[in-house]
Amino acid sequence: MSKSGSLISIQGLGKVYRVGEVHVEALRGVDLEVTAGEFVAICGPSGSGKSTLFHILGGLTPPSSGSVSIDGTDLAKMTDSGRTNMRKTKVGFVFQKYNLLPTLSARDNIAIARHIAGKPLEHDEWFAEVLDLLGISGRLDHKPRAMSGGEQQRVAIARAIVNHPAILLADEPTGNLDTKNSDTVLNVLRGLNERLGQTILMITHNPEAAAYGHRTVNMRDGQIVY
Amino acid sequence: MINKLVLENLKHRPVRTMLSIFAIAIEVTMILTLVGLSRGMLDESARRARGVGADIWIRPPGSSAISFSSAPMSEGLVRFFSEQPHVTVATGTIAQPIGGIDTVTGVDLEQFSRLSGGFRFLSGGPFQGQDDILVDERYAKQNGLKVGSYVKLLNKQWRISGIFESGKLARMVMPLRRLQELTGNTGKLTQIFVKLDDPKLTNDTLRLFKAKLPDYAIYSVEEFTSLFSVNNVPGLKQFIYVVILISVIVGFLVVFLSMYTAVLERTREIGILKSLGAGPGYILAILVRETLMLAAIGSLLGIALSYGTRWLILEFAGATLTAMVTPDWWPTTTLIAVAGAVMGALYPGWKAIKQDALEALSYE
Ligand SMILES: Nc1ncnc2c1ncn2[C@@H]1O[C@H](COP(=O)(O)OP(=O)(O)OP(=O)(O)O)[C@@H](O)[C@H]1O
Ligand SMILES: [Mg+2]
Repeated sequence: MSKSGSLISIQGLGKVYRVGEVHVEALRGVDLEVTAGEFVAICGPSGSGKSTLFHILGGLTPPSSGSVSIDGTDLAKMTDSGRTNMRKTKVGFVFQKYNLLPTLSARDNIAIARHIAGKPLEHDEWFAEVLDLLGISGRLDHKPRAMSGGEQQRVAIARAIVNHPAILLADEPTGNLDTKNSDTVLNVLRGLNERLGQTILMITHNPEAAAYGHRTVNMRDGQIVY
Repeated sequence: MINKLVLENLKHRPVRTMLSIFAIAIEVTMILTLVGLSRGMLDESARRARGVGADIWIRPPGSSAISFSSAPMSEGLVRFFSEQPHVTVATGTIAQPIGGIDTVTGVDLEQFSRLSGGFRFLSGGPFQGQDDILVDERYAKQNGLKVGSYVKLLNKQWRISGIFESGKLARMVMPLRRLQELTGNTGKLTQIFVKLDDPKLTNDTLRLFKAKLPDYAIYSVEEFTSLFSVNNVPGLKQFIYVVILISVIVGFLVVFLSMYTAVLERTREIGILKSLGAGPGYILAILVRETLMLAAIGSLLGIALSYGTRWLILEFAGATLTAMVTPDWWPTTTLIAVAGAVMGALYPGWKAIKQDALEALSYE
């Protein structure tokens, strides 16, 4: 079903949340193809289903209908533990705020992602380059509360990609940051994409932020609009 | 890595951590103190029994080592025993409960000295009048008594004529005749001690005595002292179990509450871990290790505290109570504490696993 060359292939994706008697149709027939190495910005009004799309891609919640495949794996057919495993290796998440475990240092926040994935804790050369690119090498021994929002967000990005995920899903990564910190984080994302070929999907409300991506996908009422 | 996270989490909420540890420590101390107290009391009774120096003990029909019968024996039996082969001394005493677990014992000092080698006086000496009393050093210390002090017992003032080294027969001793009279037991005894010329003959003599007086409770000193065990005190074992159960419930509740609030306040952290690919096992491992850490530290502290309670008991109630340190119970108690704590972590753990990661991460 998936087009050749697509890293992410979404067809007719639907998602219904059941809250008691109420059914919320968060996604209604989303089709999207993303090629490896792309940096895609996703825009849309509040409640249009952007985060829901990410949560499905990241295996945090199962789809209700349609098909989703990442790197050739069909998510619809996955069990709970299959999705858990997928989160360890195939996707990395960055959220709007409070991304880090507050009791651990930046270094340990990154290390725990390795530990959860069952990988050794030493960082390789590749990761040293990432830290350099993110500009947080000197901040690794600080706890989150001793870091600026921008620094925290860069640590979160480092943690999200430490296990070499196929895709990085960033849900409003700059939503909580001032312009200066936003620019730094966006430049970091672009740098990761250009220098390391990291595939990135980023949700944003900000057109300037969206301009960092190769293309922008607009969502409205649980569908993609062109 | 998990250990680091657990440690940091515990440090993050020092008051909650300390309270949980303390609750578990008190649980452990409570059990150890009760066991130590039971054992200590029984051990002390056995020690004092051995201190008498008798080879054979005789008690009235229907009595046991721990409790006295209400039907005392006749003094005439002393003569009977003293006429048996190989018997060097036979003497009787009468024990009178004086409230609580204290008793006062009436003794024929002269005969008793022949049996046991006599009391070793730390100050003062034997009775000088019929209203004199002897007390052991612990009783004297706890009640601040000296030779010449008066104590009120059995509605009468008694003068202390001597303070003797603990570990022989009783804590309070008065003249046998006087106690018999006062309690309306003239000519009656509650126990009779027999000493043989050769302790090796104890078993043979015992058999002989039992054949002649089948209704009486007759023991060798080994038999008698071995009866001082937790199993032989009616209800003690059950009492210990009840206290253990209550302790476990307290530990369980405290850990439950502590872990429950921890899970509630860490909704977001748990969500982050899940988004990083942590499965139920991983989340549970964090909580269980945190619980085990609390239980382990709490148990150690509890063991340390049990030395404190023992000191308190000996210092302030040494005359009536004795407590022992019971290292053989440390593993059991720790296990009990750990089991209670882990049970307390079960529901919070289940809640953490079931918690919706999205709710924690997407909103705000
Ligand atoms: N866990 C959930 N349970 C029930 N309804 C949900 C849940 N998550 C999202 N929804 C609903 O699904 C719809 C889409 O929500 P979603 O979070 O995907 O929107 P969004 O585009 O990310 O919005 P925003 O820009 O505000 O983040 C909304 O109507 C929302 O209320
Ligand atoms: Mg959203």
